[in-house]
Amino acid sequence: MAFLTIANLHKRFDDHVVVHDFNMSIEQGEFITFLGPSGCGKTTVLRMIAGFETPTSGAITVGKDDITHLSPQKRGIGMVFQSYALFPNMNVTDNIAFGLKMRKLSSADISRKVAEVIKLVELKGKENHYPHELSGGQRQRVALARALVVEPRILLLDEPLSALDARIRKNLREQIRDIQRRLGLTTIFVTHDQEEALTMSDRIFVMNQGRVEQEGRAEMVYTQPATEFVARFMGNYNLLGAADAHKLLGLDIQGHMAIRPESIHVLDASANQEGALDATIRQHQLLGSIIRYQVESQGITLQVDRLNRTASDLMPAGTAVKLQISRDDMREVR
Amino acid sequence: MKTSRIGAWVAIAIGTLYFLLPLIATFEFSLKMNRDGYSFEAYKVVLSDPGFQATFGYSTLMALLTIIVGILLVVPTAYWIQLKLPRLRPVVEFITLMPLVIPAIVIVFGYLKLYNSSSWLPLTGNDRATDFLLMCSYVTLALPYLYRSIDTGLRAIDVRTLTEAAESLGASWPNILFKVIFPNVKSAILSGAFLTFAVVIGEFTMASLLGRPAFGPYLQLIGANRAYEPSALAIIAFLVTWASMGLIQVFARNARGTRKSA
Ligand SMILES: Nc1ncnc2c1ncn2[C@@H]1O[C@H](COP(=O)(O)OP(=O)(O)O)[C@@H](O)[C@H]1O
Ligand SMILES: [Mg+2]
Repeated sequence: MAFLTIANLHKRFDDHVVVHDFNMSIEQGEFITFLGPSGCGKTTVLRMIAGFETPTSGAITVGKDDITHLSPQKRGIGMVFQSYALFPNMNVTDNIAFGLKMRKLSSADISRKVAEVIKLVELKGKENHYPHELSGGQRQRVALARALVVEPRILLLDEPLSALDARIRKNLREQIRDIQRRLGLTTIFVTHDQEEALTMSDRIFVMNQGRVEQEGRAEMVYTQPATEFVARFMGNYNLLGAADAHKLLGLDIQGHMAIRPESIHVLDASANQEGALDATIRQHQLLGSIIRYQVESQGITLQVDRLNRTASDLMPAGTAVKLQISRDDMREVR
Repeated sequence: MKTSRIGAWVAIAIGTLYFLLPLIATFEFSLKMNRDGYSFEAYKVVLSDPGFQATFGYSTLMALLTIIVGILLVVPTAYWIQLKLPRLRPVVEFITLMPLVIPAIVIVFGYLKLYNSSSWLPLTGNDRATDFLLMCSYVTLALPYLYRSIDTGLRAIDVRTLTEAAESLGASWPNILFKVIFPNVKSAILSGAFLTFAVVIGEFTMASLLGRPAFGPYLQLIGANRAYEPSALAIIAFLVTWASMGLIQVFARNARGTRKSA
């Protein structure tokens, strides 16, 4: 049986529906990501799970308990906020100990648990610092420790890395994932960054305008987008409308044809490959390990990625080439 | 530009003179009690007057009670308004401004009418009950200052997220209020408290009409009957007020220091 189940969840603010018929069920120990653009309702769903908002309708169940109308204090669900939300009047130790004090643990137990979790999040030596004396990354690790130390049934993280700079973000996301695995903690992570979602999650829920657009394992959502929205949001898919798909590929489809840039092969203009398309390089963009070309064929521009092996591989604008796209790499989306 | 700067300095000089000259004159006069030169004789007389000690002690106690009751009333109210009922803020702001608009004497007559010895809740029957009524009226007087400074303090912290963080860690409402909210608006509370102290110490109308032995009526009594002591008292009252203002500045600066980039 699923550990956390959300059934037919709706949320309306005044006459503005923010979450439509949200359904999900997750297993104990899973790392789930809600991925979607800003304003699509990720935070609202998370706040309903945490108990800060009341659903307009629907039910939230953890194990056998219906928690839909339980107060946040009684849910045993931890939360980490984008803005850290550390208590400014308390030092690191007191921030982390707060939840344990509320549970009236003995002071010996409190200091033992606090010391353990401080080691876990690598904050040794910062015990007596106040939040304003810490960097963003350190603050967020205090917030994480504060949520972890009370051993929540579920941990919710609302864009915890968005306010941090790139290097710390990468470092901390690995650390979060590592801790989550070690503790076997059921976790829901919210982000608008597809790379973050792909690198961290067991399963991704792609959200759009208050609905789940697609759910699935990270590699599936990336390689097999179900809708045009997911294809656009997840990768740099080339999306061909029905007319373009017919013109270029001779295929009759309903929605869009999605083709990933790295699945298009570039051949010499002289190559004698059946079904290859005549095309011209228009421009390129260096993205480090890959080069992204804008290639035009029959008036349609496609993005094509190639590995950046040596400088002499670079094809200048105007180069005539042939493109080969395997039918297996094309994906029809709604 | 040059002339406008000169104009500004002239304005400042006139303002300073307007403000300082009477003060200096009063101070100078208060030192002249002894015929043979300047001395602090008037201060000695005033400070050793049992009437001064009793009334100043009484008013100090009333001010402290007013501050405690006022804070316990205003902090939870302002907090709740900000957290759950932001739409009510203009209404509450208007209500807390009323004591500045309605003269104290009107408020007191209202109280006397409502709570006289033949009313449903007699609060003028004995001294303790009247003290209580006086303290309540001081809380009313202090509302504009307390509410404004505490509301500003609450706006400077992220009340909502801090509350939610505490809630998800299992904190009850009293714990959220006393362990998270109060400590983080401490400096705002203190500024409000010092303003309240300054207002209550010098208050005359309410104490006088309710017949309680406060410092305000004592000031008035001395002023009407003595020559040098009133000047000494005026200077003392000024110093108390200025000390309160100075402490407000100190706490406001500390608050800015600790909140920087927090
Ligand atoms: N308390 C609220 N009152 C009214 N509208 C809200 C409230 N909270 C969120 N919304 C609206 O709900 C939508 C989804 O918001 P949110 O869940 O924060 O999105 P996300 O976290 O995905 O960026 C937004 O359009 C937002 O304006
Ligand atoms: Mg959000």
